[in-house]
Amino acid sequence: MTMFLRSVSAEFAKIFTTRLWWILVIVLFCYIGLLAGGLAALFAGIQTGVISPDAVNTGGGPTDFGSLPPLIYSFASSVGYVFPVLLGALATTGEFRHQTLTPTFLATPRRGLVLGAKTATLILIGAGFGVVALAASVGIGGGVLSAFGVDALLLDSQTWLLIARTLLAMGLWAAIGVGLGVLVPNQVASIVIVLAFTQFVEPLLRLAASFLEVTAKIGNFLPGAASDALVGASVFTMASPAGTPPLDWWQGGLVLLGYALVATVIGYVVSWKKDVT
Amino acid sequence: MPTGAVIEFTNISKRFGGVTAVNDLSFTVEPGRVTGFLGPNGAGKTTSLRILLGLVAASSGAATFGGVRYRDLPHPLKTVGAALEAASFHPGRTARSHLGVYAIAAGLPRTRVMEVLTQVGLAAHAAQRVGGYSLGMRQRLGLAYALLGDPGVLVLDEPINGLDPEGIRWIRGFLRDMAAEGRTVLVSSHLLSEVAQSVDDVVIIARGELVHLGPLSSLDTDAAPQTIVDSPDRENLAAALTSAGISFSIGRTGLLAASPDPAVLGHIAFAAGVELSVLHRQKAGLEDSFLALVGGGHTL
Repeated sequence: MTMFLRSVSAEFAKIFTTRLWWILVIVLFCYIGLLAGGLAALFAGIQTGVISPDAVNTGGGPTDFGSLPPLIYSFASSVGYVFPVLLGALATTGEFRHQTLTPTFLATPRRGLVLGAKTATLILIGAGFGVVALAASVGIGGGVLSAFGVDALLLDSQTWLLIARTLLAMGLWAAIGVGLGVLVPNQVASIVIVLAFTQFVEPLLRLAASFLEVTAKIGNFLPGAASDALVGASVFTMASPAGTPPLDWWQGGLVLLGYALVATVIGYVVSWKKDVT
Repeated sequence: MPTGAVIEFTNISKRFGGVTAVNDLSFTVEPGRVTGFLGPNGAGKTTSLRILLGLVAASSGAATFGGVRYRDLPHPLKTVGAALEAASFHPGRTARSHLGVYAIAAGLPRTRVMEVLTQVGLAAHAAQRVGGYSLGMRQRLGLAYALLGDPGVLVLDEPINGLDPEGIRWIRGFLRDMAAEGRTVLVSSHLLSEVAQSVDDVVIIARGELVHLGPLSSLDTDAAPQTIVDSPDRENLAAALTSAGISFSIGRTGLLAASPDPAVLGHIAFAAGVELSVLHRQKAGLEDSFLALVGGGHTL
């Protein structure tokens, strides 16, 4: 156990002694802050009639978006999840790229324990990224909602449950990043996969799957959909035309955990326990 | 004072696909001595050391420290210090935080970090990012990592590569000091001349197999003794040697006579009334013995 805790401390030190983490934190905060603030202003403006639907050319589209605060707050994970994935993938592939597996395994020869410590560490730091992302979506988005006279629901227990589930989702996403990193140790390939999948492939798949009921049920198990189910709100579920209900929050959490576990275990076999040359 | 353990390679073999990198390698390394692990590039030195350290899995055989495999050591960094290639670090980390990470992982006091950086002469660069280090500084940082746990066994792969002359002199003294304290010191090199001044024993491998094992002096043999002899009157000298039945070849600095004893040649010349300008024995040096052992016809 002491060996595991030492490894966790060492993994924390690895993350916080390089510059990557705070660069990602700054970009995450600005990105989510702008998005949550901007869309809070737009939706709240339309809903309260401050902005006329005609002015934004929605062509007589919806003027009622349901309860706005969960939608705005969920940007922390529904859009911000790519950041903990990147951190996890970079932290893992960096060990291969910079050949730091050698000193790591010399200090701690039990490789499974090292990978477990890395996963535990990244889950905690991923949750930390969740705090930053929520500071942006709740802080800025909620502030804008209040400015438009929409109740930010900050005293509502549902809001705080959503916040807690967002932290969990962000932690699990970082663990998925670690799993991807051992599955695809090539750093460039790993980054390309993260960006292509999260920004392009999965949103398209979710949209395509949502048109038929049977595919929509399968689409619910895509990692992004599972994450949104776990958090409980998302701009993506709002846009779903088929109206298939998402997974329960705990099911979504288990699906995310499953992705992380499967990737990590396979990655352990195909790269982590191989010869370090 | 940490005490050294005996390093033991027992029938180690390693195959990469169809290629045999190391073949049935067995030898022991004793504490209190510096052992040179020598062989040309590609002989299997690094692979053998990585097997010893549990980084590469042997196809068969076992390598141990005092009978214990690396991965079973209760305190690996306190038992064995290893420096492998000079680039095992994240370029964005400072030397201090690089070593700090592994001090934490091994449960070592953080004070060790500055101690070892001072020991290898990098204290002034402790807060510098390692990406900006020269090759020599990286070698020293690798050595600092090896020393972190104050181990009784040191395993160093080509530690002299990239060091400047001052650094080479320093590391030679360092290796001697470590062995004098009773530690086990195993140092690999592809050049005997690099380590000849610091090693007590040599283990020589070529093409993955052991070719020589023993004290350094065991290499100091007259493998191909020749005597160089020359005269202002080379023609008469050659005739005298021929009539005395001594074979020779004509070299750049004189005649290379295949006789180990200069006195015999001096007498032949004297009897023939030939004046000598050169007469000395040419010994096959350590390097020649080494090359004869590992060469097998190909040049380095």
